[in-house]
Amino acid sequence: MLKDQDRIFTNLYGIHDWKLAGAKSRGVWDNTKALIEMGQDGIIDAMKESGLRGRGGAGFPTGLKWSFMPKESDGRPSYLVVNADESEPGTCKDREIMRFDPHRLLEGCLVAGFAMRAVAAYIYIRGEFVQEAINLEIAIQEAYDDGLIGKNASGSGYDFDIYLHRGAGAYICGEETALIESLEGNKGQPRLKPPFPANVGVWGCPSTVNNVESIAVAPEILRRGEGWFSGLGRPNNTGTKLFCISGHVNKPCNVEEEMGIPLKELIEKHAGGVRGGWDNLLAVIPGGSSVPLLPKDICDDILMDFDSLRDAQSGLGTAAVIVMDKSTDVIRAIERLSHFYKHESCGQCTPCREGTGWMWRVMQRLVSGDAEVEEIDMLINVSKRIEGHTICALGDAAAWPIQGLVRHFRPVIEERIKSRKASKAA
Amino acid sequence: MSQVIETGKAFEFTAENVEKAKKFIARYPDGRQQSAVMPLLDLAQRQNENWLSKEAIEYVGNFLDVPYMRVLEVATFYTMYNLKPVGKYFLQLCRTTPCWLRGSDDLEAVCKNKLGITNGETSEDGMFSLLEVECLGACVNAPVVQINDDFYEDLNGENFEAVLDKLASGDVPPKGPQIDRINSAPEGGPTTLLEKTEGA
Amino acid sequence: MPTLTVDGVEVTVDPGTTVLQACEEAGAEIPRFCYHERLSIAGNCRMCLVEMEKAPKLIASCAMPAGDGMVIHTNTQKVKEGREGAMEFLLINHPLDCPICDQGGECDLQDQSMAYGSGTSRYDELKRAVSEKNMGPLIKTTMTRCIHCTRCVRFATEVAGVEELGAINRGENMEIATYLEQALDSELSGNIIDLCPVGALTSKPYAFTARPWELSKTQSIDVLDAVGANIRVDSRGQEVMRFLPRLNEDVNEEWLSDRSRFSYDGLKAQRLDTPYVRKDGKLQPASWGEAFDAVVAKLDGLDGAKIGAIAGDLACAESMKALKDLMDLIGSPNIDCRQDGAALSTESRSGYIFNSTIAGIEEADALLIVGSNPRHEAALINARIRKRWKMGNFPIALIGEQVDLTYAYDYLGAGPATLKEVAEGKHSFAETLKKAKRPMIIVGQGALSRSDGAAVLALAKKIADDFGLVSGDWNGFNVLHTAAARVGGLDLGLVPGEGGRNVKDMLDGSLDVLFLLSADEIDTSKLGNSFVIYQGSHGDAGASAADVILPGAAYTEKDATWVNTEGRVQLGRRAIFPPGEAREDWTILRALSEKLGKTLPYNTIFELRQKMTEAAPHFAEIDEVTPSEWGTFGTEGPVEDVAFTNPISDYYLTNPISRSSRIMAECSATFSKVKGEGTGTNG
Repeated sequence: MLKDQDRIFTNLYGIHDWKLAGAKSRGVWDNTKALIEMGQDGIIDAMKESGLRGRGGAGFPTGLKWSFMPKESDGRPSYLVVNADESEPGTCKDREIMRFDPHRLLEGCLVAGFAMRAVAAYIYIRGEFVQEAINLEIAIQEAYDDGLIGKNASGSGYDFDIYLHRGAGAYICGEETALIESLEGNKGQPRLKPPFPANVGVWGCPSTVNNVESIAVAPEILRRGEGWFSGLGRPNNTGTKLFCISGHVNKPCNVEEEMGIPLKELIEKHAGGVRGGWDNLLAVIPGGSSVPLLPKDICDDILMDFDSLRDAQSGLGTAAVIVMDKSTDVIRAIERLSHFYKHESCGQCTPCREGTGWMWRVMQRLVSGDAEVEEIDMLINVSKRIEGHTICALGDAAAWPIQGLVRHFRPVIEERIKSRKASKAA
Repeated sequence: MSQVIETGKAFEFTAENVEKAKKFIARYPDGRQQSAVMPLLDLAQRQNENWLSKEAIEYVGNFLDVPYMRVLEVATFYTMYNLKPVGKYFLQLCRTTPCWLRGSDDLEAVCKNKLGITNGETSEDGMFSLLEVECLGACVNAPVVQINDDFYEDLNGENFEAVLDKLASGDVPPKGPQIDRINSAPEGGPTTLLEKTEGA
Repeated sequence: MPTLTVDGVEVTVDPGTTVLQACEEAGAEIPRFCYHERLSIAGNCRMCLVEMEKAPKLIASCAMPAGDGMVIHTNTQKVKEGREGAMEFLLINHPLDCPICDQGGECDLQDQSMAYGSGTSRYDELKRAVSEKNMGPLIKTTMTRCIHCTRCVRFATEVAGVEELGAINRGENMEIATYLEQALDSELSGNIIDLCPVGALTSKPYAFTARPWELSKTQSIDVLDAVGANIRVDSRGQEVMRFLPRLNEDVNEEWLSDRSRFSYDGLKAQRLDTPYVRKDGKLQPASWGEAFDAVVAKLDGLDGAKIGAIAGDLACAESMKALKDLMDLIGSPNIDCRQDGAALSTESRSGYIFNSTIAGIEEADALLIVGSNPRHEAALINARIRKRWKMGNFPIALIGEQVDLTYAYDYLGAGPATLKEVAEGKHSFAETLKKAKRPMIIVGQGALSRSDGAAVLALAKKIADDFGLVSGDWNGFNVLHTAAARVGGLDLGLVPGEGGRNVKDMLDGSLDVLFLLSADEIDTSKLGNSFVIYQGSHGDAGASAADVILPGAAYTEKDATWVNTEGRVQLGRRAIFPPGEAREDWTILRALSEKLGKTLPYNTIFELRQKMTEAAPHFAEIDEVTPSEWGTFGTEGPVEDVAFTNPISDYYLTNPISRSSRIMAECSATFSKVKGEGTGTNG
């Protein structure tokens, strides 16, 4: 188990003062100037060395992403955009950072923004997080008042602004280009890529969109040294990670743990174990709703990191662990997710707009059993016709949970259909 | 299908909200005032008993010099803009899998049995409106209902009824977990961050 | 210049080309719904998927810039499956109501489903139904058929410049609509019907009247403004069923304005289909012989000076040439083609045409508009100006009525005084013009059809001369006409001869005989006791004032020539025959000349056109614009302190055909804020 001294988010549960004084006492804003004095290349190199991979779900190396930003301006300013549109079902980690440790995020904005030569950061927070937005606004004002951001931020000689932008209810705005569209005051419909945001982002300017957690851990990585971070976890899967454990566990919770912790250990140590005991486990969605679920036998010894879960045909995603015990109607659990994707499809491109609704309607019938066994294969075929054919990844995300369900629980679906037929006949 | 409701009453920001609106606009680069459409719609909704009328939408369009159609597109795309009146307490009940696994169906039943409302409806006394929503992002405190701005967490049929009772009687019950628990820490106390660390 | 390989064929394309365009250059056909050359790229339909080597997923070829060394496959199994998937998704919620859909037979979805559709449906759920949306009198909606390609939204926003159309809601509930279902208030709205790849947006007036395969298609040109948009006349039997635009990059690209597209029902109403002669104060139907006899009786032995002729806005060049020749033979100098009294002369052709050309607008880098509302006077030219404006770095200023032109401009002032300030270099916009490499000025009829028009023209010319509007191969001086006949009339010399009278002077009641060739935009109350001969197609202002009516052909009923505002000579072609006793116009004048014993020297249209070419050689240069020498025109003089007034008060009712159209009357009632003066012939 990760030692407390290696934990970054020391006010994860909001037990302590979240405001500036409390944050400073926890080491936030501790000589940030020195971090900036590492220089842009120094920071980016350290981030690359640390092995930090994006904490928003896709796991793209953070330092590398920063390095895509232009080193010379062509006259356009550059922007850091923080993705705080936390909406992936199962995920509720960024919320804790924003309400209980907002200064960690703000310090990260300055350091990351400096590294990518941005003039400002825009934090795009989901609209439902009203209290979190209020705390962030207060923290931003504190940081300005204390000279930590703004002109000559933290005495570094670098000018840097931070602004908050509230969303208004749209999961798709967690997709980076949809987020940019939304920030521009449009519907959150993802853009075509290329051009990528690092070339043409918000307001036509070079932009980088990073998850809250990715930004918030950056100063601590730089302060403690990239070797400290890369020494945790496994190669290519380094550092600490916030895990959200929900569903059928005795004590659902958020916890910061080491990357690569065994799933079973994670659940048993921190979440009080599966309701009714480990043997009562049916399946786990290990990384937020978009990744395929894993049945118990895989859960027994799977490690919680990018590569391990990818090898199991799932993914770490946002590290949101949704636990389902044997009482769960797993078909309905996935049907709920299908409804989610149907509800959250932006409607822009054909396969997702039409396909998510189709899949959900079939899923509804699979829940009741009012279907033909052949429709299972048809459903998978439909999901494959969506996957990889859409503008953004929402199409894929809608397809995978269903594919995971059929991969691991096909007999349950078939049984449901058969018994429904039998009861109708009777 | 009418897209928005016309009240026949003019809408304009209060002096205080005009100042707020100007501050929102100032967050974005010059000429990018369209970016403020969302914060201004929110401001308008807050001023207008939690919903947006045709007049409010057009006011925001005029305020920002953004065509009405573009404002309407935004207002209809995002779920948090209410395009019809809602009750004093706007209940957003999360029904996505993590909440469902922990009993969101029971909360739905409470709304139906206690308040007599189902998804999209407002109680006869105008006190409560129910909207079933997708994941609210508080999954380890499931099930969750957002009431106006506040999250009520770790609900069950019983404590949800208690919350509703308090609201009905004019009290505002404390938000957050409705069981004995510190925020998103495990029930019974954290398993981590127990060592005495700096500042803790 | 990137070189890429498409299905094994190497192709080199211009930078900025998309993979889709590169595929087409390489001969590979790419299906698409949302992609359109003239609109921004949406990439939403997913039909144009192709396989790109090294890419993990299929790519939308419309949205991918062609890159050097790309290897593209358009005909693999993976591509086929990707497109079949997109097609299936498009069809699951589509009503498949082709038998009752007006798009049937010319529907992209129908066509492409032949290649990528399945014979059967796997979709067993309920289909989505979408309520119809009001978009006004021209556009019929069946939104259940909509495939959400957003072409219409992009057209309205980008090309037409009206942000009234959008996509509301999201996901499968996304719907295309106008704001609060108001009518789409644009002079270009009909183009979204053409752009809609399915039957969601169809023509309301055309609804259920014809199937495309029963229509005869005639390539012609539009004459309801001076743009000369290229059109296709779709007719069935002796009836024009609809107009569609024809591609001409130099003129209308592939657009058509609403008045030109939808006035066709006016071709069937208020028609003069037999000669009339006024007897006992009432117009009575007559035979051609009776009508000619009445004319001959009046003209016989009359001094030419007592006879006048006015050519109207829709007149073709052939009939104007015949009229001019006839007047010459009669010995009358009283002839004029400038119904509106515009102070344009024939001394220099560059003084009355749109020298920059319409396509040339895209090369310009500054624009001054004087006394014109191009949005109403030439909607397609306005669209071209907007297109140029959208490219950026195009300062535009306006002197005249301050109206919404769909693009931003500096409003300088209302009348000649401001123009004078600019001409004298006292206004900051003069600097803008001076600094520009290809500055242009557009002078509208609102600036010229006034008593000080010649002086205003001289000021405009001074600006052109002094600020470098004419240099090298660039001529930035432009007159914007509203009448299809005008440039041809001026080219053929239909202006008063030595001692002759112009329109104003002919309308003082002192002439014995006035010949109106489709002239309806004159003040007929001033005709006095003149004996009026009206030749034309519609019973409008001119005909009601006439003593003899000679029924002519509308523009769809004759082979004839018009010269647009650029000076481009274009041929209209006969799609149907004139109704009843009506005849092609030049033949009427030819027959009349014989009756008068002053036979015109041509027996065929070819001989007549030969004479036109002799009078103005550019008539031989069909479809071309022959650059005109920069010359002398305008008359320096005092200008009045009166604001310029735009010539068009109601866009939908500018000519006898449109005024006869019920559709245009409905548009006028729906859209026109300033109602045109009723003519008593509406509908």
